[in-house]
Amino acid sequence: MASTSRQVLGNLAGLGVLLAIWVVYAVYFSPTQGWTFFFQLTVNGIILGSIYALIALGYSLVYGILKLLNFAHGDVYMIGSFIGFGVLTLLGGPLSPAIPVALLVLCMFVAAMLGSGVLGLAIERFAYRPLRDAPRIAPLISALGVAFFLENSVLLLFGADYRNYDGYELISYNGIHLGGDAGVFVSYLGVLVISGALLLMVALIALVRWSRFGKAMRAVSFDREAAAMMGIDPDRVIAITFLVGSALGGAAGVMFGLVYSQIYYLIGFLAGLKGFTAAVVGGIGSIPGAMLGGLLVGLVESWAKGYLNGNVADLVVFGILIGVMLLRPSGLLGTPALQKV
Amino acid sequence: MADTPPPNPDQPTPANTEIGVDRWVSEADERRDRGGLGGRIQRLWGGLPPSGKLALLTPAIFLPFLPLSEATIYNYGLFILIYALLALGLNVVVGFAGLLDLGYVAFFGFGAYAYAFLSGTHHEKGHEYTHHWSAQYSILTAVVLCAVLGLFLGSSSRRLLGDYLAIVTLFFGQAFVVFTNSADPYGITNGSNGLGNIDPLHFSAFGVHLTVSSTRGYYWFLFGCVVLVLIIVHLLSESRTGRAWKASREDPLAAELMGMPVNRLKIMAFSFGAAIAGLAGSVFAAAQTGAFPQNFGTQVLILIYAVVILGGTGSLTGMLAGATAIIVSFQVLDSTSPPNNARTLFYLGLIVGVAALFRKSRLKMAVAVVSTIALGFAVHAIAEAVWPRGTSGSVTSGGYLTGAIKDWVLLPTHANRLAIYGYLALIVLVVVIVQLKGWWRVAVVPPTLVLTAFVWENLLIQQPAVTRYVLFGVLLIALMATRPQGLFGTAKVEIV
Repeated sequence: MASTSRQVLGNLAGLGVLLAIWVVYAVYFSPTQGWTFFFQLTVNGIILGSIYALIALGYSLVYGILKLLNFAHGDVYMIGSFIGFGVLTLLGGPLSPAIPVALLVLCMFVAAMLGSGVLGLAIERFAYRPLRDAPRIAPLISALGVAFFLENSVLLLFGADYRNYDGYELISYNGIHLGGDAGVFVSYLGVLVISGALLLMVALIALVRWSRFGKAMRAVSFDREAAAMMGIDPDRVIAITFLVGSALGGAAGVMFGLVYSQIYYLIGFLAGLKGFTAAVVGGIGSIPGAMLGGLLVGLVESWAKGYLNGNVADLVVFGILIGVMLLRPSGLLGTPALQKV
Repeated sequence: MADTPPPNPDQPTPANTEIGVDRWVSEADERRDRGGLGGRIQRLWGGLPPSGKLALLTPAIFLPFLPLSEATIYNYGLFILIYALLALGLNVVVGFAGLLDLGYVAFFGFGAYAYAFLSGTHHEKGHEYTHHWSAQYSILTAVVLCAVLGLFLGSSSRRLLGDYLAIVTLFFGQAFVVFTNSADPYGITNGSNGLGNIDPLHFSAFGVHLTVSSTRGYYWFLFGCVVLVLIIVHLLSESRTGRAWKASREDPLAAELMGMPVNRLKIMAFSFGAAIAGLAGSVFAAAQTGAFPQNFGTQVLILIYAVVILGGTGSLTGMLAGATAIIVSFQVLDSTSPPNNARTLFYLGLIVGVAALFRKSRLKMAVAVVSTIALGFAVHAIAEAVWPRGTSGSVTSGGYLTGAIKDWVLLPTHANRLAIYGYLALIVLVVVIVQLKGWWRVAVVPPTLVLTAFVWENLLIQQPAVTRYVLFGVLLIALMATRPQGLFGTAKVEIV
């Protein structure tokens, strides 16, 4: 154990040094823009990162317990975002909400989390449970099928148009100005998203660490057969894990809709890839790792968008994924997997 | 010692059990045997060596296209051949070596762009690129470049287990599309407009010039490519390397312990598959006289996977059959093809699905079919009496089925919203059917089928181009859950 935590500390120290160098470079030597630009990008990155972190948690939870990569998770997030939009439209739309805005936003989150959670349950039941003992490649292909089915069903039912959340119109255009009017702007919406994500993560950690179910979950993830012998029903635990992970994904979908306004049927694909990257960078299977990874991916993407351009940002994130996999295959906070024979 | 009698194999006493012979295994075929005509055909087919199967099947699939019109050859024949080629390459990676390569389509694209760049003219962003290499050089270069690219991607992900490899390659495929679309600073790929000005296949060597210009010519050329690749892949799969691939697919750890260089084998398979995709890509670019980013997206990837999975990973005959089945249904479900063909295909598929669902009991099948027909007419009659709008819509280009559909399926006017609810309800019903067993299932099937027909006539038939992707997604899930070995694959026996 000691060597493991030393390695994690080493990873974190290395990461800290890299980040410090980058911050110093960006603030003092940045060729064109000043420090406000940098910190503005950083704030945007944190908002984006908390969304990625929620998606990454869904991947990580499922991977931790099943050693399975849930490709369809990105599309669960997309569906969550559409459910939130549906509730918003039903209750009057962003311009003339029928009920108080706070209640409306709460309704959107609850509906999206419930809907995505149930969808996650169904996906687990139909695409993964029959394949529990199949070769490892089978559930991956099945997941690919689910992702494709969900995307095209939404395309079929709702068309390819962008749907507009108008989150700023709904909540507020205002925000906090740090460092004067020319300084860094943090919108109230951003504050809402960050605090919402934090709240969900704290709830998740409490669930996993202190509840009976969390104990069962950790047991199943450690050794499914032994847990079954101790009277834990692994199928039930796995199903609930899918429910929880997908609900987080649904919440992330609503947050994305609120902050970035436009949603359409393909948003799940790239968001899923980046959420996965976040989970791997942090160390897949580790909950704090998923959060750290999400934050990092969000920050890097935001910086790359600001200093380079929007198209290159995806390539940069991809490069980070490859780099982490080559240098630290078990991620920043993950423990190297020992293969049992 | 010398006068010990040899064991008598005719005497089935436990004392005489031969060492090294497992009766349960040796009788497996007899237990699995089926009677009747189906069984006889199956035995005949099973008795053929793999090369015999290929020799019989290849012309049977590809020759019937020749008398058809140029457009049909392009839409059906050419695409079947290209996807057969792609599937053969992917089969090496997924089927033989067991690596889930989701960036495969990028190699297809890379081959196409390489050919387009080397045998064509275009200019963008102040650069002009004019190369008019002969086809044999540019195709060869494309193939080699793809193989090298596969080598790089393979070796950068050599440490990765199945899932990680899948996601890295998926990201790679995505990165390729992003790059070709917009991220390229020198205008090599001409952004989202793609490369349009491409030479047809033009071979010239030793003073002999040969240009392939007609679709029929491309068909023959691709046919030759497929046969060549089939022979190579077949020989390869029987070779030392092929056996090593399969061994490392089944158990990498055991293979490593037996002295096989598992990492090198993986990279080899990766690179070999990439080379075949490059070949397919370069011919595709020439036949299409263009290479565009949207030709190499996720949808094409799903199509290739559908071919490989339906055909059966690891089986070469399966790749040809899978390509035919998938591409024919894909093109029939295109929005440019007459909708009635799509309808015929859809109902045929539905019938096959019901037959597969009740293959164990003819009685249940008969009950389900009769009650489905009755239920359809009953619902129609009730709707006519109490809800006239429900039957006053019109049939979308019905053809010879117009009458039947008009009397059996509800066709409301302005059915959009109803059709959406119907679609969601249909998903729920299908979910329920899978859960139920026995007569309960027979009870739920008729309403499901009636609802399916309703959704098809009111929603799906208007957007066949989207529907086909939905159906392929369902196909992948259903195949994985029920018959993961596909049509021609052999079921794996798990040895514990």
